[in-house]
Amino acid sequence: MKENVAISVKDVGMRFNLNQEHVDNLKEYFIKILKRDLKYNEFWALKGINFEVKKGERLGVLGFNGSGKSTLLKVVSGVLKPSEGKVQTRGIVAPLLELGAGFSPQYTGRENIYLYGAVLGYSKDFLDEKFDEIADFSGLGEFIEVPIKNYSSGMKSRLGFSIATIVEPDILILDEVLSVGDKRFRSKCEKKIMSMFDRGVTVLFVSHSLEQVQRLCDKAVILDSGRLVAHGPVEKVARIYKNMTG
Amino acid sequence: MDIKKYIKNFVNYKYLLFELVKKNIKLKYRRSYLGILWTLVEPLLTMIVLTIVFGTLFGRDDRTYPVFILSGRLLFTFFSSSTKSGLKAISGNAAMIKKVYVPKYIYVISTIISNFITFLISLVVLVGVGAVLRVRPTIYMLQAVIPIIILLVMSLGIGLILATLDVFFRDIEYIWSVVTMLIMYASAIFYSTDRVASTGNAWIFDINPVYMCIANFRRAVLYGQPMDLSYFAKSSAIAVVFLVAGTIMFYKNQDKFILHV
Repeated sequence: MKENVAISVKDVGMRFNLNQEHVDNLKEYFIKILKRDLKYNEFWALKGINFEVKKGERLGVLGFNGSGKSTLLKVVSGVLKPSEGKVQTRGIVAPLLELGAGFSPQYTGRENIYLYGAVLGYSKDFLDEKFDEIADFSGLGEFIEVPIKNYSSGMKSRLGFSIATIVEPDILILDEVLSVGDKRFRSKCEKKIMSMFDRGVTVLFVSHSLEQVQRLCDKAVILDSGRLVAHGPVEKVARIYKNMTG
Repeated sequence: MDIKKYIKNFVNYKYLLFELVKKNIKLKYRRSYLGILWTLVEPLLTMIVLTIVFGTLFGRDDRTYPVFILSGRLLFTFFSSSTKSGLKAISGNAAMIKKVYVPKYIYVISTIISNFITFLISLVVLVGVGAVLRVRPTIYMLQAVIPIIILLVMSLGIGLILATLDVFFRDIEYIWSVVTMLIMYASAIFYSTDRVASTGNAWIFDINPVYMCIANFRRAVLYGQPMDLSYFAKSSAIAVVFLVAGTIMFYKNQDKFILHV
């Protein structure tokens, strides 16, 4: 991987087995083996994906529902391992995908900051140091001592966003998270993300809103049924996308 | 894949391991009055029940019989509860596995370690009961560490195997609960081995690694005897085999977990 490349995606394919029936018990499994009836319906959610994102570039990923956008983000962030091909990233990756996945409902906000922080790979010292900043940014006030099963969904995502963005990442992976919380918090989020942009963070941004992608990104790609159909500067790709949506 | 990379990865996530262990222990007793004290009260109560049933009703009245029961039960409970929670470690954390990347063995290791810690705490009861019933402390007590470590390694290996299987076949849970019951009755927790030996069935102890650990543990804490070396050799070999098999099985399949949980 070249020095100035932050994300490199090479010949990546992701295959899922869409069984008609999900076989998850032994009896069915053996019956099916005996009857030679174990059907696998292969489905390639991504196929032959190739692109590179240079340091400091902001790449928008456009596509319709089911085109493989979220799968691509999961592959880049390491949650899914591609069935073929290779993904490489350089530096700290902050995936702002499922905010608060890894929260424990019985835990208080305070306890969850440490737990979720650990899930994201932060150290204890780092979390001790940043605790006030996280709590402050989330705007939860005294609710930080309340078990988060009592939180509203907005409160949960505010806390998730505050924890996930406390690092200074080299690569930011965004999945339309800009719609977090109420309007006041949303503008706070946008400001924080913009300040990361100013520091030159590399961004991978998924959206079906062309307007958002044009506003935030300088490069873009279009995914269609798991294939990469366009790749280039955002204006050029935006024109193609407009034609596709007709 | 080189070992160095795995070790580095493990070091990176050791704080997560600590947090998950803490969570398992904390949440287990949250909202209960006695909290962590239950790790002490629960084995004490079952010991009393078993002593009454098998001691008084079936007429075994040697003084240290409660220690005999307690030592067997504590070890067996650790084995059964850690393997059972290891079994659920992957399938039970599906929501998280689907959303964030964390090395998956962390889930299994953390649940085994949390069970191990509650087990170590519960050993306090054994010390207390032993003191009350005037079990003579001997130098051999130090050897108690060895069967405990063997049991830990074995539970981890079996936990990895069960966690992998459970992702693909949910029946494993029910099969395993029957198997643990079988192991329990074959581990001489509340009966003495002589009675089984007199019917010519002593071989069940020679194939049961859990019993071998319990036997060596009792020799150390209760009888003040050196370890049975053949039991030691056999049980540690079996434990290592399970650990190696479990590790290989887990690593070969871990990338498929997310597609099945």
